[in-house]
Amino acid sequence: MAQSARAGGRRTAPYAFLAPAIVLFVIFCVVPIGYSAYLSLRKVQVKGLGLGLGSRTEVFAGLDNYRTALSDDELLSGVVRILGYGLIVVPVMLGLALLFALLLDSAQVRLSRFSRIAIFLPYAVPTVIASLLWGFLYLPTLSPFQGILGDFDPFAPSTVLYSIANVAIWGGTGFNMMVMYTALRAIPREMYEAARIDGCSELGIALRIKIPLIIPSVVMTGVFAIISTLQVVSEPMALRPLSNTISSSWSPLMKVYTDAFARNDLYGAAASSVVLAAATLILSFGFLRVVGPRAFGGES
Amino acid sequence: MKMKSAVVIALAASLLAACSSSSDDGKEAAAPAETGKVDLTFWSWAPDIDKVVEKWNVAHPNVHVTFSKQANGDDLVTKILTASKAGNAPDLFQAEYQALPTYVSNNAVADITKEAGGLKSKFAEGAWSLVTLGSDTVYAIPQDSGPMMYYYRADLFEKYGLTVPKTWDEFAQQAETLHKKDPKKYLTNFSAADPGWFVGLAQQAGASWWGVSGDSWKVSVNDAATKKVADFWGGLVQKGTIDKQPSYTPKWNKALADGTLLSWPSAVWGPGVLSSNAPKTAGKWKIAPLPQWTAGENKTGSWGGSSTAVSANSKHKAAAAEFAAWLNTDPAATTDLVKISQIYPAASDAQSGPALQTAPEFFKNQPDFYTVAKQIAGTAQGFTFGPNVNVTYAAYKDAFSKAIPSGAFGGALDTMQTSTSDDMKKNGFKVS
Repeated sequence: MAQSARAGGRRTAPYAFLAPAIVLFVIFCVVPIGYSAYLSLRKVQVKGLGLGLGSRTEVFAGLDNYRTALSDDELLSGVVRILGYGLIVVPVMLGLALLFALLLDSAQVRLSRFSRIAIFLPYAVPTVIASLLWGFLYLPTLSPFQGILGDFDPFAPSTVLYSIANVAIWGGTGFNMMVMYTALRAIPREMYEAARIDGCSELGIALRIKIPLIIPSVVMTGVFAIISTLQVVSEPMALRPLSNTISSSWSPLMKVYTDAFARNDLYGAAASSVVLAAATLILSFGFLRVVGPRAFGGES
Repeated sequence: MKMKSAVVIALAASLLAACSSSSDDGKEAAAPAETGKVDLTFWSWAPDIDKVVEKWNVAHPNVHVTFSKQANGDDLVTKILTASKAGNAPDLFQAEYQALPTYVSNNAVADITKEAGGLKSKFAEGAWSLVTLGSDTVYAIPQDSGPMMYYYRADLFEKYGLTVPKTWDEFAQQAETLHKKDPKKYLTNFSAADPGWFVGLAQQAGASWWGVSGDSWKVSVNDAATKKVADFWGGLVQKGTIDKQPSYTPKWNKALADGTLLSWPSAVWGPGVLSSNAPKTAGKWKIAPLPQWTAGENKTGSWGGSSTAVSANSKHKAAAAEFAAWLNTDPAATTDLVKISQIYPAASDAQSGPALQTAPEFFKNQPDFYTVAKQIAGTAQGFTFGPNVNVTYAAYKDAFSKAIPSGAFGGALDTMQTSTSDDMKKNGFKVS
């Protein structure tokens, strides 16, 4: 009797320990996602002129909202724009981060503590503040760089993408550098010594030993960078009021926000966000599938 | 691998959660109405209106109003609609006239006919019809009106030898003359960020964007009158004789303050904006009626203008309606609204009251400011707003911003029309 009770306890104990995490996960992840999915299948139906109180009812819409979302030109051009933005931000930001991490890790560098903090500092500036800060630098008549800028307008239709990417790179490089730098510090020093004895140069060590060994962290920062690219919203939102060139559907998430809160179409916005979440999952897993086996080798 | 997938899923999930979760906090503590003291919340953005609210609180210990400046203009519409759906809207809020049909259609405002129906005689017919939407139901109490007029820098007009334009043709010529004399100066700017400004200019030209026949709506955002206005401004933008930057930006503030912009077609509440954005130009501005489309005419439109509405969520409708009535009809309160918040009151008594005898501090150089303003206010054209002004306004911002480089404003107007009528059809309105 006692024996079986103990066995039962053994079976339930893990769940008891997991319960708090599961409860939080359900409340803050599963329920909101479920509610979004539910909303995405609904729509509003107006009776008559729609002016009397209570003339609006919520009805089942089937897949209408998804049809609209998938055939929406603005959402599509937002996605295309963001892909271009990602092609700039991800390689430049990770490239710089890797470069800085390798430089800081090399034996010769001076002031490494100070440089590390200086490069990391922009990450500590909230995105909205960073965007406004850059926005003011970009505005021709207010910018202290007025003379240098000359006729160059960072808010022109052809340059605005780079201006926004610049804010993201400025803010994100430090964090990614930190992740890579930490991975570099974990590499046993003896390896470098062995390489040096074999006649390897510092550059050779960086390219043939350091980079291959920290590939898992580079891949991880890559996945995070791709996700945050698809979710870019703070920078363009904060810069939008300063110029005519950033539309309310500049990025896919801005389009979702505008639909939900400016156009008051929560249902369409819910459908678009489900579509976006699916796209994010596909892209992230796709990236992992392509680079994962090479990066993690024997691990999985 | 497993761990990493979980991270990715959780991240993707948080994206969704961020999009769908509306704030659950800040729920109103429902004070029991029967036991005496009532607590009300009020969202507005009129400058310094909290000081007027404070006076109510001192005089009415049993009904305490907590003021909160949550957002301005269109952003507040967004907040109210969301809060109302979540069941935690404030008891009272500032509702611009153009947004009221949207609020009514979304069940965000309470029917206060019983509490405030008796106030009808205190307002001009035009103002009252804006809060009843032409019906017998009262949805809000008018607070101020925003007849448009022409603000210009008298000193700089003299310096550059410009005269106050009487017609829009003259306006276009003046813009060209000025820009030739000094390529760094502009007569004004076309703001693709201010749909309310544009609709006011369109009203002056006789536009009618929404109409009702039977139980169906007529939508004509791109009617002939509006097209005329859009083409006129598009032409100026194309020629480059006016500035293209949006209003209400740091750059725009600087342009007003340093004399880059010489005039501003705005509304009667302009002194509040000018005095806070360009304080050093006090005493240099003057007002005149807007330029006209036909010489000798005398018409204007309205930019904004607000009412005070009681939300459908409010548990204290009677007390809230009482505050709204006091705020907008009590002589002491309306005097404060003029002096402190610098608005042009909607109540008839207040318009001829003592507060409007002296010009605003910023316009000391024009002692007859309110006399001129009152004459202009009398020429404001009526206008019916539809139940999805938010959609139309959002479309304005995007379509006109996009059209700024080319100046092809006619096409932008067509986009607004399509956007507006498509949205109405999608929601089940009958659109003819």
